[in-house]
Amino acid sequence: MKQNTNWLFKMAWRDAKASKVRLLLFMASIILGIAAVVSIQLFSTNLIDNIKKQSKSILGADYVIKTRQVPTERTKAIVDSLKPDASEVNFVSMIAFPKNGGTKLVEVRGLEGDFPFYGTIDTQPTSAAVSYQESGGALVDATLMLQFNIKPGDSIKVGKVTLPISGSLKAIPGTTAISTSVAPPIVIPNRFIEDTELLQFGSRKEYKYFFKVAESVNLEALDKVLRPKLKAESASINTHIRTSERLGNRYENVSKFLNLAAFIALLLGCIGIASSVHIYIKEKLRAIAVLKCLGASRKQSFYIFLIQIAGIGIIGGLLGALIGVGLQELFPLFLKDFLPFTVEISISVQPIIMGILLGLFMSVLFSLLPLLRTWYVSPLEVLRVDEQASKEPLKVRLLVFASILVFLFLFSVWLLNDVMYALGFISVTVIAFSVLAGVAILCIRGIRRYFPKRWGFTARQSLLNLFRPNNQTVVLIVAIGLGTSLISTLYFSKDILLAKTDIEQTSKNANIIILDVQLKQREAIENNIKAKRLPILSNIPIVTMRMHKIKDKLVNELRQDSTRRRRGFLNHEFRSTYRDSLLNSEDVIRGEWVDALGPNEPIVISISENLAESTQVDIGDTIVFNVQGVLMETTIGSIRKVDWQQLQPNFNVVFPKGVLEKAPQFNVILTSVTDAESSADLQRDLVAKYPNVSIIDLRQVYTIIEDILDKVSWIINFMAFFSILTGIIVLIGSVRTSKYQRIKESVLLRTIGAKNKQILQISAFEYLFLGLLGSLVGILLALLSSLCLAFFVFKEAFIPSLIPFLVFLPGITLLVLAIGLTNIRTVLQSSPLEVLRREG
Amino acid sequence: MPKILKISGLEKTYSSGNKQLTVLHNISFEVEKGQTFSIVGPSGSGKTTLLGLCAGLDQPNSGNVELCGEDLGDLNEDQRAQLRNKNVGFIFQNFQLLPTLTALENVSVPLELQGNKEAVAKSKQLLEKVGLANRYHHYPSQLSGGEQQRVALARAFVNAPSILFADEPTGNLDEETGEKVIQLLFELNKEAGTTLVIITHDLDLANRTQQILRLKGGQILTNERTLVQ
Repeated sequence: MKQNTNWLFKMAWRDAKASKVRLLLFMASIILGIAAVVSIQLFSTNLIDNIKKQSKSILGADYVIKTRQVPTERTKAIVDSLKPDASEVNFVSMIAFPKNGGTKLVEVRGLEGDFPFYGTIDTQPTSAAVSYQESGGALVDATLMLQFNIKPGDSIKVGKVTLPISGSLKAIPGTTAISTSVAPPIVIPNRFIEDTELLQFGSRKEYKYFFKVAESVNLEALDKVLRPKLKAESASINTHIRTSERLGNRYENVSKFLNLAAFIALLLGCIGIASSVHIYIKEKLRAIAVLKCLGASRKQSFYIFLIQIAGIGIIGGLLGALIGVGLQELFPLFLKDFLPFTVEISISVQPIIMGILLGLFMSVLFSLLPLLRTWYVSPLEVLRVDEQASKEPLKVRLLVFASILVFLFLFSVWLLNDVMYALGFISVTVIAFSVLAGVAILCIRGIRRYFPKRWGFTARQSLLNLFRPNNQTVVLIVAIGLGTSLISTLYFSKDILLAKTDIEQTSKNANIIILDVQLKQREAIENNIKAKRLPILSNIPIVTMRMHKIKDKLVNELRQDSTRRRRGFLNHEFRSTYRDSLLNSEDVIRGEWVDALGPNEPIVISISENLAESTQVDIGDTIVFNVQGVLMETTIGSIRKVDWQQLQPNFNVVFPKGVLEKAPQFNVILTSVTDAESSADLQRDLVAKYPNVSIIDLRQVYTIIEDILDKVSWIINFMAFFSILTGIIVLIGSVRTSKYQRIKESVLLRTIGAKNKQILQISAFEYLFLGLLGSLVGILLALLSSLCLAFFVFKEAFIPSLIPFLVFLPGITLLVLAIGLTNIRTVLQSSPLEVLRREG
Repeated sequence: MPKILKISGLEKTYSSGNKQLTVLHNISFEVEKGQTFSIVGPSGSGKTTLLGLCAGLDQPNSGNVELCGEDLGDLNEDQRAQLRNKNVGFIFQNFQLLPTLTALENVSVPLELQGNKEAVAKSKQLLEKVGLANRYHHYPSQLSGGEQQRVALARAFVNAPSILFADEPTGNLDEETGEKVIQLLFELNKEAGTTLVIITHDLDLANRTQQILRLKGGQILTNERTLVQ
């Protein structure tokens, strides 16, 4: 037994040694596939971690617990047990500048501890961000200081406390959403809050506790456990993971895309393996028949090649994994000028083991079908070529196909963590494979049936090559088509994701918000903004109101009802708006949206899901609002789900047009500036002319987001091109392998007198046809699969790029043609005898 | 004399589309142990098919083949392979050396398959005997036709087979080289006492064997002893 095993290994080695060039091509597919998978996996894990870290700077902490009332005993117990690293209490209050007697409604934030843990407080001077705590100073909103001509060193009176101003506050982490009640912020050390005497019972305030935790802490699990407990105490939790969700689909789609790239890279490797081994084993069949003649059993001849393939799979997997890890290491070295971030390299054995196992499985599985032919090849083939004799039974072939599909399915499930997506991927791959094979077979039949007998010798020979015995039409069309299809799918998907980035980056998201614009100032301010060539992105009317009655019950009575858990809304002064359409941050989940109402029509409004839940109202219920002294009865017509995380003003109560137009109101104007200078210029100008308006500059929040999105785009581009490169190399390998099919025929033609030009023409036409048909069908399939990806996976619109048609189609066709012609270069440069001897 | 090969009522048909093509029809003959036996006939007479059936490379539609005392019909493919490994040697018109193995490796394969530890030494001896001592590590593509056929001869005799089947052994060689190979074949055959079954077009070669079976259209025309002892 041992002796037999040794002999099998010896034979595998002997044969491999003599076939090293062909096996190297085969190994190249494995190496490339695995290198791509490993590096994409490692690199993307690294990058996603990097982005995650950065997304923490939006919140400034790993998670925050907040409550809009004095924390209950239970809340305190939860917070204390978690040991917060910093805390804040904030409330809206009037402040005064003793220097000039100016007063303003601001948001006072009393901070304690080293907040923020991620990102920085942006101040002028920079040192003020740290020194204000120790020196007991205040950081005052930069626009506010500009507005009242206040300088660092002046003082500010907050309630009963007067503090020196340490610096102007440009940005502070934690500004994650815009509410219409936003007032310019000032930050003071928490220890002075009590002395201000502003925190009276019943006044509106918010308590926040900031936490920094180790990487290993599962925030999602923590969120899940704490959320209901905190909700019961009218408190809430916000993690940086939730915050980063505001980055939208694109952020979530990055990992999907990277997994797709890894999957495609591996599939490309598998195509390379399948096409190389198919031709390799086909050439070995005669030798296997000889071995069987000499007494080798079916098992022995099968094992010789199985050992060979498995060995190459293991070596290829190991090399691929090492290259993958190495590439990861080299990325920062070679790409440091291009990388928009630093990459921390961590080396572990896991990717190496994964690479080896993947190499072994993919090589054996994708070689199994051609390998089976070694089992079924008859020794009689030594005496005569009998195509029928060496066919494996249909059952066995189906079993092998099923195993391949199971492998691909398991691999996809591992990569995507989603059974449905994995099933989808596999189905699309099978469909693509079948379509390509079908097209190739139809093509062969078509050419055979309508063979152009009157064509010239070389053209006829080329066409004959496509369907005569030992033709490579099906193998090459499937390999070229699947390769092109995968490459194009990757390109289209990259476009789907990047198009979204473009839209978001160029859609001029509002980054300057001008609050408290009075009706009579509106036109002048708009003109002022337009004069600076800035857009008016939105002009939102705001009408303040309070709830008077809910479902015929007076709000004053409801306030006394201690069974109502959340009473905050009952005291709330709502800043409502009116408009005739929904925003992209909201969806109607119940009822019907009403655009506009005529005079004297019953008033139908739309409320947010949160408000509906807190006030326990539903469609058809009535709410009476007190709109600055006038009672207005309304009926709830629709309930909206609002994405409060989006950086735009969102509202709990929205009226249709035609109701509030004459009510006392002010406006919020949204515009967008491109840089710090134009922002400062606009702010200076508006503040000087209209001292009552407040301006909020959101550029820094946007800068963080855009920075992250830039990185995301970079990764998508890089990984797409890396996989596309893999695909092209695998394609070269597949077509190159076909060299051995054609050499003998070309040599024989040359022997009987064909000129170099004729041989070149025959090959050129054949490869041109294979390249064109394969890549065309491949791109069309990619178009279809990308449409599915856009619709089902990325959930984005798909506008196909022309690049695959204009670049990939001619590019791959020419590539196939070039490799095909290189293949027969040997024939043209050497004597026929020399080639015949060398090729055996 | 004991019989090493007994053929009785052999029929072989192939399907070609809807048609059945009978290649061999009611073939029966016997080969004695140690005998030199040739099968001759024009192209398409069924010689190669008959050789394939005799050596257990293929199975008949009807009839029996008894090789070295074993009824091949009772054996499965692997058992037939084992029988060939122990008792049968082959020489083919196209030499059929394994292109990825050196001359020495080609010769040692049959012994290695038996797990024989002397494989390399015995193979070297035989290669030396056929005059290729200086070609051990050459691949087939680096050898001339005559040299390749001599490697094939060494491989055929290395496991000391009871019977050797040679399919047109000189078909691909020039007259002079062919003659040398044939001389070597008969010499080795005499030395080892192997039964030799040769398929050939060459009547001169056939006349050097002890018995000639003539085939035509898949049927036996004659089966005669020659004067060779």
